[in-house]
Amino acid sequence: MRKTVTIESTAVLLDVNNIDTDQIIPARFLKAVSRDSFGEKLFYNWRYRKDGSPDESFALNRSKGSVLVAGANFGCGSSREHAAWALADYGFGAVVASSFADIFRNNALNNGLVPVQVSPGFLERAVSAIRKDPDTKIDVDLSDRSIRVEGVGMETFPIGEYKRECLMKGYDDMDYLLSILSDIEKFEKRNAI
Amino acid sequence: MGKTTFDKIWDAHVVKSVEDGPDILYIDRHLVHEVTSPQAFAGLKARGLKVRRPDRTFAACDHNTPTHNQDNPIADPSSATAVAALAANTKANGIPYFPLGDPANGILHVIGPEQGIVLCGQTVVCGDSHTSTHGALGNIAFGIGTSEVEMVLATQCIMQCKPKQARIDVNGTLRPGVCPKDVILYIISRLGTSGCTGHFVEYCGDVFRGMSMEGRMTVCNMSIEMGARGGLVAPDETTFDYIRGRRFAPKGADFDRDVAYWKTLASDEDVHYDMEFAFDAADIHPMVTYGTNPGMGMPVTGTIPSSAVGCDPGSFNDALAYMGFEPGERLLGHKVDYVFLGSCTDGRIEDFRAFADVVEGHRKAAGVTAWLVPGSKSVERRIEEEGIGRTLRDAGFEIRQPGCSACLAMNDDKVPEGKYCVSTSNRNFVGRQGRGARTILSGPAVAAACAVAGVISCPDEL
Repeated sequence: MRKTVTIESTAVLLDVNNIDTDQIIPARFLKAVSRDSFGEKLFYNWRYRKDGSPDESFALNRSKGSVLVAGANFGCGSSREHAAWALADYGFGAVVASSFADIFRNNALNNGLVPVQVSPGFLERAVSAIRKDPDTKIDVDLSDRSIRVEGVGMETFPIGEYKRECLMKGYDDMDYLLSILSDIEKFEKRNAI
Repeated sequence: MGKTTFDKIWDAHVVKSVEDGPDILYIDRHLVHEVTSPQAFAGLKARGLKVRRPDRTFAACDHNTPTHNQDNPIADPSSATAVAALAANTKANGIPYFPLGDPANGILHVIGPEQGIVLCGQTVVCGDSHTSTHGALGNIAFGIGTSEVEMVLATQCIMQCKPKQARIDVNGTLRPGVCPKDVILYIISRLGTSGCTGHFVEYCGDVFRGMSMEGRMTVCNMSIEMGARGGLVAPDETTFDYIRGRRFAPKGADFDRDVAYWKTLASDEDVHYDMEFAFDAADIHPMVTYGTNPGMGMPVTGTIPSSAVGCDPGSFNDALAYMGFEPGERLLGHKVDYVFLGSCTDGRIEDFRAFADVVEGHRKAAGVTAWLVPGSKSVERRIEEEGIGRTLRDAGFEIRQPGCSACLAMNDDKVPEGKYCVSTSNRNFVGRQGRGARTILSGPAVAAACAVAGVISCPDEL
């Protein structure tokens, strides 16, 4: 997994609550058997008109940045990790929201995509700042679990120590699990599995 | 302090814990399908690893599969590739696989319990959010991503922080005609789509105690739709009776020994839940959704409200605009174009019985396209054995072949733009059943009434 310590960028603002993974990547694109190129399909039905032309009014077609700022309950619905792959492949390194769905949060963390959960008040101020000035800088720093939004201020976000270290060092759960196979074998013996 | 059912199962599966971090949880049953597994098998191969416990892994194709002419090759080349990859990966790793047409094929969350693959007191995962279904048998069952699928294939373990716990009680007696789907749609309409995020739910009280296993599966299935990690009903005689004699279930003395253990799994008296909710069964009516998330639900006879729990005014208005509805509008009598009976939520034999009971003596409305899709080959067989197939065909319906079908429209069963589909599935998200499709979620009886009347209808009023 890629290492992430800090992300400094302008934001792509998608001020919508309850964005489900069917919106992030529609089911018809889940037939691919590799992990590549899902970024092209990210938010497909919002990003492209029915005739396939880009909808210029949609945030992804208007602004650039590696931080996506969204609303509450981001990533609800289907467990498809393709949603996290699509966001990461498109170039996002962090998603800022006031809450995340549980499965999406895990999928993001397993792909080096930082779920930055902020308070609803901080999110509201960040959203207005970005609306006023699309070049507003956002700085996510895992070393002190902080997010700084230019003109708004700083807030710390919750992330477990284990996952924070994984992100910063580029480790994933698989590395850890493979290192404890002897414990797993003992567990199986003990429980006659 | 005592332990909940959830605590007892969780604690029995912790291999070890990371200090100030997640637990390493041993997985008893891993269900695998063609959409969320190919990248995991590829990752495993790239690391030079094999599946650690193929005997605890079971696979079937369900999402991409057509619901007619299943004996022919799959026409869509990408779907065919995904299904072929599953066949090859399961063969290479010695995983039991139920291909299209196999007597045990079907939607994983239908065949898991039906074949006795999933038992009780187990940890169950699958790369699918509706894995929560298996909580009905008294399991910790939850959906995972593909990276986690790869971890379970490689090590039979997963790293998870123990979630908080919520208890939902529904006591009293359900009104006639109110089905398990109505109960869960009602609960979600009260708690919102993120009402239980970060929590695992235990369903308690008279209503769940009195429910069949199939009904409990419908309820637990939709736990994810209120954000819960999963939901379970503590095991009881209904659970043990359901498991007894199933194909992969333990037999004889082994079964008796397991039942003795399962009986110890009920929650203790002095337990703590992080959240508790209680509802009165008498307040629940046959339900429909009117918006674009499963929390936007109301009685089928009701009028569309002006707000919904957990839904900001902007999203609420966008949802109604997408659906072509207005606050204050009644849905009874509103035209219906499609009806879908099926999915891991409502594709079991009881759902077909409930649908057929309403249909009997009526005919399908001419303007309605109905997709009746059994959840499994076994359900398909029982439909015929019980004479339900004949009743439905006599009424102008066609019964298709098993699969996920129009629940997520990965195959050809897509609802056209702007059309209204009354669906017994679990999600009414924008575009879920096809780009621009408008989904109205309901239970099987309401869906049947709509199919017969051609408009939104209440079974009582046919």
